[in-house]
Amino acid sequence: MVRQSNAVIGGERVEVPGHRKAYFGKMHELLYELRIGQIMTTSLITVTPNDSMYTVKELLRSHRISGAPVVEGDRLVGIVSVEDVIKALEAGRVEATVGSCMTAEVVTVQSSNMVVEAVKKFARHKYGRLPVLDAEGRLVGILTPSDITGRLLAMLDQQYHRREEDERQPAPQWLAELQAPGSSMSLRYPVAARDFARGGEAASRIKRALTALGLPLTLVRRAAIIAYEQEMNLIIHTDGGSITVEVEAERVRLAAEDIGPGIPDIEQALKPGFSTAPDWVREMGFGAGMGLNNIKNSADSFHIHSQAGSGTLVEAVISRRQQAEDHGVRREGKGSSSG
Amino acid sequence: MRLKEIAKQLDASVVSAPDGLANEVSGGYVGDLLSVVMARAKQGNLWVTVHAHPNIVAVATLVGLSGIIVAEGTVVDPATIKRATEEGVTILTSAHSSFNVVASLVRMGLEGPF
Repeated sequence: MVRQSNAVIGGERVEVPGHRKAYFGKMHELLYELRIGQIMTTSLITVTPNDSMYTVKELLRSHRISGAPVVEGDRLVGIVSVEDVIKALEAGRVEATVGSCMTAEVVTVQSSNMVVEAVKKFARHKYGRLPVLDAEGRLVGILTPSDITGRLLAMLDQQYHRREEDERQPAPQWLAELQAPGSSMSLRYPVAARDFARGGEAASRIKRALTALGLPLTLVRRAAIIAYEQEMNLIIHTDGGSITVEVEAERVRLAAEDIGPGIPDIEQALKPGFSTAPDWVREMGFGAGMGLNNIKNSADSFHIHSQAGSGTLVEAVISRRQQAEDHGVRREGKGSSSG
Repeated sequence: MRLKEIAKQLDASVVSAPDGLANEVSGGYVGDLLSVVMARAKQGNLWVTVHAHPNIVAVATLVGLSGIIVAEGTVVDPATIKRATEEGVTILTSAHSSFNVVASLVRMGLEGPF
């Protein structure tokens, strides 16, 4: 990743004070990461070649804009700006058609291109706006320099807050008072068999509880995936059971225990895509045979104890120390390479 | 891009939590196997599915999705709408096929998580 001390924005080299280097570095990266389609304005105000310049003047005034694309159907045929309106007014030709006053040679950008391409075009042509076309040449949006700076600043702000959220938060005061060295906090959530209507409720509560305890967001998300799959397994495959969450200084442990009927072949159950879910369950989107794998991939350690005819214990542990070191990066890689 | 602009372009109906139209959409995901969606969809993604039962709300909440588009003209269960309203999950519906909805999202510049 290249971090530059001089950011090039709009073609001008900007000397960046030391403490703002990271900020501009990230902004620079975003220009290469974001596509024009993601930041353009899609609510379009357009005119046709047969409209009068008077119509354009009223349109620009009422919408407080400085120009509009000229279209025939969804095809872009020109662009008309406030300068064109002024020229028409000066010449006493307010009733002239847009077609006779517009600029027909339009510089455009593609919605699938990176934002940096638009920045280059703005720098080269000094236009106030660029129409955005899709791959088939249809007009899909419009882009102004303020769209770029506005959206980039908003994204930087979001990322800043997300990073803050990811940092280990201090536990609430009342919790700190309850904790002693080696102590743990345990929460137990019962899950009823076949209760699809409430599926995901226990996992949602677990997610909320861990968030309230001040755990990092990436850890909470991993725990939520584990809890959800455990919960759905209890609902689909067992006669009922519970999920117990234990929060300790070094780790978070999620254990799903049920009262039966047990797994006859654990090795087979762990194979991605293997499922014993009946058709009616599959029709609801469950039974992909990915549940146990999702648990395994989200956990630092994973154990399953079962016997046909008795209950099953599915245990997943997330290490809090590892989590702090990884910051979730390793997880992302592991998740997308599996399956 | 915000959910509001996407809803407008798709001409999709909003059936729950209209406040979420202000959500920023980080990308798109399509799929009807819930475990796969759980594993692969990323925070802020907009999810296209044909399912309409309450469990889609749980998936959206747990992954932190920006919204759900229930495609193919599927009618959303009242129980799902109730739960989505409680959890603040925005559900849009579209008469178009999942394929066409995704095609439109791609034209708007959305990308998948990988």
